[in-house]
Amino acid sequence: MLDKELVVSSSPHIRDNDNITKIMITVVIALLPATIAGIYYFGFKSLIILLTTITSSLITEVIFQKVRNRTISLKDGSGLVTGLLLGLTLPPTLPIWIAIVGGVVSIGLGKMVFGGLGQNIFNPALVGRAFLLITFPVKMTEWINPVDGLSGATPLNLLKMEGIKTNYFDLLIGNVGGSIGETSVILLLLGGLYLLYKKCIDWRIPASYLGTIFLMTLLIGQDPIFHLLSGGLMLGAFFMATDMVTTPITKKGRWVFGIGAGIILVVIRVYGGYPEGVLYSILFMNGLTPLINRYTRSKIFGEVSK
Amino acid sequence: MKDKTFSFKGGIHPPYSKELTESISLTQALPPKIVYIPLQQHIGAPCDPIVKSGDKVKIGQKIGDSQAFVSVPIHSSVSGTVKNIIDFPTPTGSKVKTIVIESDDSYEICDTVKPMGDINNLTSKEIIEIIREAGITGMGGATFPTHVKLSPPPEKKIDTVILNGAECEPYLTSDHRLMVEHPQKVVFGLKAIMKAVNVNKGIIGIEDNKPDAIKNIKKIIANEPSIQDAVLKTKYPQGGEKRLIDAITGRKVPPGALPMDVGIVVNNVGTASAIADSIQKGMPLIERIVTVTGNGIVQPSNMIVKIGTPFKEVIEQCGGYSGVPGKVISGGPMMGFAQYTTEVPVIKGTSGILVINQFDAYSEIEQPCIKCARCVDVCPVGLLPIKIANYSQKSKWDEAEEYNALYCIECGSCSFICPAKRPLVQRIRLVKGEILAKKRSK
Ligand code: SF4
Ligand code: SF4
Repeated sequence: MLDKELVVSSSPHIRDNDNITKIMITVVIALLPATIAGIYYFGFKSLIILLTTITSSLITEVIFQKVRNRTISLKDGSGLVTGLLLGLTLPPTLPIWIAIVGGVVSIGLGKMVFGGLGQNIFNPALVGRAFLLITFPVKMTEWINPVDGLSGATPLNLLKMEGIKTNYFDLLIGNVGGSIGETSVILLLLGGLYLLYKKCIDWRIPASYLGTIFLMTLLIGQDPIFHLLSGGLMLGAFFMATDMVTTPITKKGRWVFGIGAGIILVVIRVYGGYPEGVLYSILFMNGLTPLINRYTRSKIFGEVSK
Repeated sequence: MKDKTFSFKGGIHPPYSKELTESISLTQALPPKIVYIPLQQHIGAPCDPIVKSGDKVKIGQKIGDSQAFVSVPIHSSVSGTVKNIIDFPTPTGSKVKTIVIESDDSYEICDTVKPMGDINNLTSKEIIEIIREAGITGMGGATFPTHVKLSPPPEKKIDTVILNGAECEPYLTSDHRLMVEHPQKVVFGLKAIMKAVNVNKGIIGIEDNKPDAIKNIKKIIANEPSIQDAVLKTKYPQGGEKRLIDAITGRKVPPGALPMDVGIVVNNVGTASAIADSIQKGMPLIERIVTVTGNGIVQPSNMIVKIGTPFKEVIEQCGGYSGVPGKVISGGPMMGFAQYTTEVPVIKGTSGILVINQFDAYSEIEQPCIKCARCVDVCPVGLLPIKIANYSQKSKWDEAEEYNALYCIECGSCSFICPAKRPLVQRIRLVKGEILAKKRSK
């Protein structure tokens, strides 16, 4: 008998074979259709921007971990997802060096200063984008039309500034001005459904977020369909507002998160001086998440209401 | 109740791996030469030995007992001579005073072992006494003395007895085979329990991955109007008492309360079969079915093993190890205990011996929690495992208690599902121990 060599460890002795890397790869796969569409619409330059944000995100992560003498955790795939998401939210004409700054800020300020994967409060990609938006407001809002590459405006801008409403079909397929990966609603939806199918995200957040926006815009007499189809909403609803790390762990909490973000978005879009509200609506609710978690604990099995 | 499939909220679908043994008939293990019978195999007070070195004992003879209510006697599983009473390791991890008996190969049965007569002539009290005297404990692994479970205080009105044939632990098929091969024993035992607690409603719950067991049980209960079967969805931990009660009856046992508080007594099908033996043959609990399985075993089998037989003998009889063993587990993979030696004996609660080969025995490296909340979604109790485990890691016992750590049933679903491979239940177990220790010292 080889008893000496028996491994003694605590139960359970079997584990599910899903892991963090697989989850992150699934997210990347879900983003691919919209990414490819973005590159198709906005040209080679957008591919360079995406590669830049990814590379600068990954390098920033490695540098932080080296400096702090931590294990390098590139293979968990989370840096890749952040880099890609950031890139997809940037305008296709952005100077490369600004994209680099975006990656550094996303990972550095958005994730590593909090202690790395799982510790951050705010969605890192959105932190990066918010920083760029504040620091380079002009460059971050220069838009071009798809395919012809001439300078243009986003549908939300057109509506807010000139009262022009883009048609639904163009919004659906993404044939409109906007950030690299935000425009093709149909492909983002496809990716979102894939994530739902893979159980990588909880339907409650996109459902309550989009549902709230629909109802509110309807109530105040705006076109709800237009609002759902425009801006970075689909990318935000399925890929940012569902980020596991920065959203509630309770089911009730996820409802609160989605509804809260929806309200903030409509307020910003309709009453704010700013055409888009996805970014700040999600970041704001990220900030509230620890609080939401605390107050939305559900009853345990068999517990009766007190 | 026939066509509905019952279930509960939460839970997981681990790979069940039951195909290794589910269609293999029960085999009687070879009689052991030496048995090691621990004086404590149950929850409650340990027994005092009532034999000493050199004494002759026979099969079924009582060799240890206790005055305490929450305790059961132990019996010899062989005929032979008491060699020694020593401290010996048991599969639950602790060393326990153990009676060592060497068999004389004569298989003489003690004259106290005789049928108890027609069950209709036995009173509730008599049945409970027979069960205690036979040393019967829960056979599903928890080993709580059965007679205690069957003696609820008079103010608790019991109306239903549930037999647990869910066998939701992956790999294990001992209850499955029992129901396939001896359904009449199971049903007899159930009737005895119903008589003992004075109710006329019995339900046998079986997961729907055991169609042959369901069929055979249905056959036996076809003309038993007071007994029904309930087909359960295959899901872990369907066999957890409270989940089972909820799935079958819709009654929710409150946190900290017992099944009897909602009028229900739950027993394992293996326990029912042991009760049948104790009444029909007068034979105390001296053997049990053990599923010997896993990719580290040459011939996975369902063995009927004498209590006290060392694991290694059982493993050898199943063809020995296939390849280099990495882990030997007493019980199933979700809640079983990894053993550091195979010298340990099979005891009343040993439902399985699972051998995992060296390649699958090591756990993956823990990664940071990504707050995916999968652990929250699967917890059958509705806890926040991630929170409790975090508090445990930070030694914040009070906060962990506030998050209901004590109600964790240690099913392991949270650790199973965690994509970051965090040892959640291990940390929760630790904090539970701390909270209880603190409560005791108060
Ligand atoms: S399952 Fe693991 S990674 Fe997910 S929330 Fe629970 S502890 Fe964290
Ligand atoms: S916290 Fe306890 S009861 Fe909940 S899943 Fe984990 S082990 Fe099971």
